[in-house]
Amino acid sequence: MANVEIKQENLVYAKPRLITNDEMHYCPGCSHGTVHKLIAEVIDEMGIEGSTIGVSPVGCSVFAYRYIDIDWIEAAHGRACAVATAAKRLYPNNMVFTYQGDGDLAAIGAGETIHAAARGENIVTIFINNAIYGMTGGQMSPTTLLGMKTATTPYGRDAQLNGFPYKIAEMMAHLDGATYITRQSVHTPANVRKCKKAIRRAFENAMAGNGYSMVEVVASCNSGWKLSPVDANKWMEDNLIPAYPLGDIKSTTLPK
Amino acid sequence: MADSDVRLMKGNEVIAHAAVRCGCDGYFGYPITPQSEVMETLMELRPWETTGMVVLQAESEVSSINMVYGGAATGKKIMTSSSSPGVSLMSEGLSYLAACELPCLVVNCQRGGPGLGTIQPSQGDYFQACKGGGHGDYHMIVLAPASVQEMYDFVSLAFDLAFKHRNPTMILADGAIGQMMEKVVLSEQQPRLTDEEIAERYGDWATCGKGKRKKYNICTSLFMNSEDLEEVNLRLQAKYRRIEAEEARWEAIMCDDADYVVVAYGSSARISSAVVELAREQGIKVGILRPITLYPFPVKPIADLAARGVKGFLVAELNAGQMVEDVRLAVDGKTPVEHYGRMGGMLFTPEELLQVLKDKLIK
Repeated sequence: MANVEIKQENLVYAKPRLITNDEMHYCPGCSHGTVHKLIAEVIDEMGIEGSTIGVSPVGCSVFAYRYIDIDWIEAAHGRACAVATAAKRLYPNNMVFTYQGDGDLAAIGAGETIHAAARGENIVTIFINNAIYGMTGGQMSPTTLLGMKTATTPYGRDAQLNGFPYKIAEMMAHLDGATYITRQSVHTPANVRKCKKAIRRAFENAMAGNGYSMVEVVASCNSGWKLSPVDANKWMEDNLIPAYPLGDIKSTTLPK
Repeated sequence: MADSDVRLMKGNEVIAHAAVRCGCDGYFGYPITPQSEVMETLMELRPWETTGMVVLQAESEVSSINMVYGGAATGKKIMTSSSSPGVSLMSEGLSYLAACELPCLVVNCQRGGPGLGTIQPSQGDYFQACKGGGHGDYHMIVLAPASVQEMYDFVSLAFDLAFKHRNPTMILADGAIGQMMEKVVLSEQQPRLTDEEIAERYGDWATCGKGKRKKYNICTSLFMNSEDLEEVNLRLQAKYRRIEAEEARWEAIMCDDADYVVVAYGSSARISSAVVELAREQGIKVGILRPITLYPFPVKPIADLAARGVKGFLVAELNAGQMVEDVRLAVDGKTPVEHYGRMGGMLFTPEELLQVLKDKLIK
C-alpha cells in the first residue's frame, strides 16, 4: 500500500491511542474491532491504562490481547470470569474486565459467569453476542436463533433437536450481585455512541465497588452468517435485535 | 521460640496455617473430603484481617484453578487444595498454568479412585501428578510429605520452588497425612510482598496492570505458529531438565548396608519405616529410600543403590503400581524391582509388607 500523508486539517478520524499497531485478524464487517476501539477509548479517557487488566476468551476475540495496550490474561475457554475474579480481589484498585463471546460465555462459561455476578465481583464483562461460534467455523451457540442455519444446524436450529436459545442479559439481571446490565449494538453510528457510554458506565460501576456489570453487544458475524457486511447488519436488525432487544435491563446498587 | 508455636494439629489444618504464615496472597478452593479442613481453617483464621490474604470459596474446582491462574498471572503467591476427583477437574487449568509458567501451589490430599471412589487415603494419583494429568508436555514440581510437620514445611518450600522456576508445584499428600494429628512447630509470620515489590520483581511477566512499564504484559499459552510453539516447548523442556538436575530430594534410612530397599513415599513411607526394624530383628538388612520430590524423581540414589549391589527393591504404594515404573527406569534392569500395593482406601501393615518382601525378593 502506498504511503499517503494526511494533513492535520484533513484528519477526521484517528486510531485510538491505546489500539496497538498489530494488524487485526477480524473479518471485514465484524463488530469486534469497533467494540475494541470503544474499550480502548474508555480506558484512555478514564486514565486507567496503567491499572487495567483485560481477560480475553477463547474464540474469535482470543487475540484481543494483541490490540489494546494494557496488561492481558488469556483465559481457558469459558473461565474468564473466574480469572478476573482473582485478579480483581488481589488488586481491588485495578479495573478488571472480561471480553467474551456467546460460545465462551453462554455455553462453556455459563457457570463461571453466573457465579462471578452472584458474588457481586467488581468486574465488567463485555459480552459479544453474534449467535454463532466464529473461530471454530460457525457452529450453533446457545444464543443461535430457532431456524438459524449454522455448521451444526445445517437445516436450521430445531428446538426439539437443539433446545431453545436463552437471553443472557435478562438472566444475569436476576442476580443480586449484578447491578448494571445492558444490551447494546454497534451497527450504526448512534448505536456506537450509546455502546461507548454503556461501557464507560460499566467501568465506573466496577471502580465504584458496586458489583458486577455486563455490557452485552448484539454483534454481527457476516462470515459465519454467510452474508455481506451490509446484509449482515440488516439481518441483525430484522432478526437478532428483536430476539435480544437493546437497552438497559438493570441499573441499581448492591442490596444492603 | 514461643511455646504457642508448637501445636497439635491435623495435616490439613497446618496447610492453612503455613499458607498464612509464609505470606501467601490468595487461596481459592472448593470443598471436598478429605481436605475440606484447609479452607475451613482459613475461613476461621480470617487472614484478610491480618496479613491481607484473600480467601475465596469458588463454585467448582474448575473455577478455583482458574482463579489460581488469574491470581498467579498477576505475580501473587496463590494456592488451592483439593482431593483426587477435584484435581481431575483442575487438570486443564494445571496445563495452562504450566504452559504460562505461572508459580502456584496445588495441594492434592489423595483419596481412593477411580471415579468417585472413596474418601479414604490412596496414592492413585502419582501418574496424574508426575506424568501430566492435563494435556501437553509439561511437569509440575511434586512434593510428597510424610508427616504433619512436612505438610507445614512444604507449603513454604513449594512456593520457593514455584517462584524459583516459575512453575506450578504440587504437594501430593493423601487422606492419611491430611487427617492425622501430630505435633507441629509453626514458623514465624512472613510478610506478603507489596504490589510495588511484585511490579518490581516480576515486571517482566506479571499481568498486574501496566503501571509505569512501557510494554504491556500478556499471559497466554496460544501460539498459532508451529515454530513458535516448538520453541516454547523446548524452553519448557530445558527448564524441566534444570529442575531434574537441581531439585531432587529424598531421604535414605538404613540404606548403607541394606541388601533390600523399600521405596515408598508419603503415608506408605511412614508404614514402611517400621519394616526396617522388624526385618533387621530377623537378620534381613532392609533400608528405606523415601522420595521427597516425586517430580523430579530421585533417580540417582536409586541407581547408586542398584550399582552398589542391592539384591532387590520393593516399591510399596497405595495403588496398583505407578511409582514402580520410575524405580524400574532408575534401576535399569540391574536388580529385581517388585511392587506391592493396596487400593480402594486400604493400607498395608509393616508385617504384611515384610512378608511380601520375603515372598517376592528373598523366596
